[in-house]
Amino acid sequence: MAFGAFATSAPVVDSAPRRRSKVALLLLLPGIAYLALFFLVPLVSLILTSFQEKTPGTDIGVYNYAFNVENYAFIFRTYGEHMLRSVFYAVVATVLALLFSYPLAYFIGVTLRRFPLIQALALTLVIAPFFISFLLRTLAWKQILSDEGPVISTLKGLSLLGSDAHFTGTAGAVIFGLAYNFIPFMTLPIYTSLEKLDLRYVEAGSDLYASPARTFFSVTLPLSAPGVISGTLLTFIPISGDYVNASNAFLGSSETAMVGNVIESQFFTSQNYPIAAALSIVLMAAILLLVSIYVRRSGTEDLV
Amino acid sequence: MAEGFAESGADLELVGITKRFPGFTAIEELNLTIPAGSFFALLGPSGCGKTTTLRLVAGLEDPTAGRILIGGKDVTNTKPYQRPVNTVFQSYALFPHMTVLENVAFGLKRRRIADPLGKAHEALRLVELDHVAQRKPAQLSGGQQQRVALARAVVNRPALLLLDEPLGALDLKLRRQMQIELKDIQQDVGLTFLHVTHDQEEAMTMADTVAVMNKGQIEQMGAPEELYELPKTAFVANFLGQSNLFTGTVTSTGKDSFVVDVAGTKIEVPRERAQRHAGEVTIGVRPEKLMLHTTAPKQAGGTNIIGPGRVSDVSFSGVSTQYTVSVPTLGEIIVFAQNMVFGPVVNTGAEVWLSWTVDHGFGLADDPADGPRFEPDTDTKSIAVQRRERLEEELEEA
Repeated sequence: MAFGAFATSAPVVDSAPRRRSKVALLLLLPGIAYLALFFLVPLVSLILTSFQEKTPGTDIGVYNYAFNVENYAFIFRTYGEHMLRSVFYAVVATVLALLFSYPLAYFIGVTLRRFPLIQALALTLVIAPFFISFLLRTLAWKQILSDEGPVISTLKGLSLLGSDAHFTGTAGAVIFGLAYNFIPFMTLPIYTSLEKLDLRYVEAGSDLYASPARTFFSVTLPLSAPGVISGTLLTFIPISGDYVNASNAFLGSSETAMVGNVIESQFFTSQNYPIAAALSIVLMAAILLLVSIYVRRSGTEDLV
Repeated sequence: MAEGFAESGADLELVGITKRFPGFTAIEELNLTIPAGSFFALLGPSGCGKTTTLRLVAGLEDPTAGRILIGGKDVTNTKPYQRPVNTVFQSYALFPHMTVLENVAFGLKRRRIADPLGKAHEALRLVELDHVAQRKPAQLSGGQQQRVALARAVVNRPALLLLDEPLGALDLKLRRQMQIELKDIQQDVGLTFLHVTHDQEEAMTMADTVAVMNKGQIEQMGAPEELYELPKTAFVANFLGQSNLFTGTVTSTGKDSFVVDVAGTKIEVPRERAQRHAGEVTIGVRPEKLMLHTTAPKQAGGTNIIGPGRVSDVSFSGVSTQYTVSVPTLGEIIVFAQNMVFGPVVNTGAEVWLSWTVDHGFGLADDPADGPRFEPDTDTKSIAVQRRERLEEELEEA
């Protein structure tokens, strides 16, 4: 009897999702078409460009399709330093943003829980910088941190810095700018995780002899890990390819150039498209590799 | 303090505990001593302050005034993690990112007790859940989670184990089973259990001592039988089972008993079972002590007879039938009759008399129509606070 019941009901249960999946496919179509047109096609074009070579005697910026692996060898020889610097800056800036954002997100998501109005206001303040262009904000920081700006001149006045000290154009300024610009991307996902955190787990931790610090590391932090992971990804990936903060016109100098800056100058100044394309491919592959290792190591499959 | 296993349960002493929240008082001047090794139940309706009492003992709330002593040591100003106390939370609060085994071993690891995993397995065997040790709490049923929560607390051998309505989410059968298991565990390990519940039956079947709490104070405390047979206040008489209460004036006093005139009906009550012996008193009798008669019974010494009245409602509940009898001038009286025959003995509308042995009556210290003990606080801010807390409670329950 029981088996019979299952047998007759099974096809009914089965057909419903199948019908739905057709609708789902139809709904996905615009997205797929969009991705194919604006992601896959440019990607293939980029890969093809990265293998192009220069035919002697042609104009600047004219290249032929070829299979020129030398482009890749060239960028690793010439720009290896920039790549390492990009990864280094991105890691340091991401860690800084995390160290700043976690307490902020905790304060908004947990401490301010009992005051919904203030909580909403604090969240708005986190997003508020987006109302001003990111270029303008970075330029403003250049002014603030310049040698004649309020910060450096005050520190010089207090003899905390030597009279020839400067901050803009250094690695510190670039990392500062990167961390600053991406803090909202770090704060919001962590806030989302912490806002849902059930404080009864924290109480249970303290009931089971865990000090507040111990409870934080064994209960609060693991439970907010999904937010920390998405926050670090949302921060690390765009920072790795950023070319604004590290450029001469903003907080950087030629000594702080990241891969993004090299790609930009190869594209627009040297018009060396194959090298720019090869750099882009390598940057993309590197990020993909680092991120997949990170995601696997942090065990996101256990985090629901 | 919270080092190593407690050798045995410790006694808990609350001295003049008061807890005020913005806008209302949860507990007022509470004094309570729970002897070591006992199973103590704090029974009361929601909002009576029982959960607050538990949280104060656990250290999750700070008292406004008063002291808390565990095993003679003052722990009022210590943090929850420094107290030799563990709690089985109403919501279980099992860490969702840890396996069952990690959950149970958590407290042992924090206190650096040797072989935490072995002891955790042992505790899981005690609640018969060792086979799910590697699962996550979300993969367990409500009853299993409850047992894991119990194992996680018991494994630490706390001097005092706090149980916050731990059986609330279970179905009746599992509830019964867990009640017996809990009692067994308590006797096996000899810990002091403080059990908070609103379920009078649960409190009576499990606890050695029951304290009935109402409006932030303990109304009456004692062994379950004592509380049931001899309630001292109208609240206890009605919260712990049902009671028929009558208020009248004492007309004559004998050596062992006195007679109360309730709107013209004379009711005799034993002296030693009454709190007050003169003036206006409230007396009562439990519904199952009443006998139902279809003809007027003969007047005899040592028996109270009232009637005639009319049966206004009959409700069958398996073991017994509950009759509601309307007696003129006395109001509605509830009678439980054991089902010794098929079907109800009498039907709605029948004329009946009621009788009970004088020894079953009891006299209360107060009157049933008592006003609220705390003046309701009506400023808008406190109303808002209370409403939010009510909503939060409802959300938590949902």
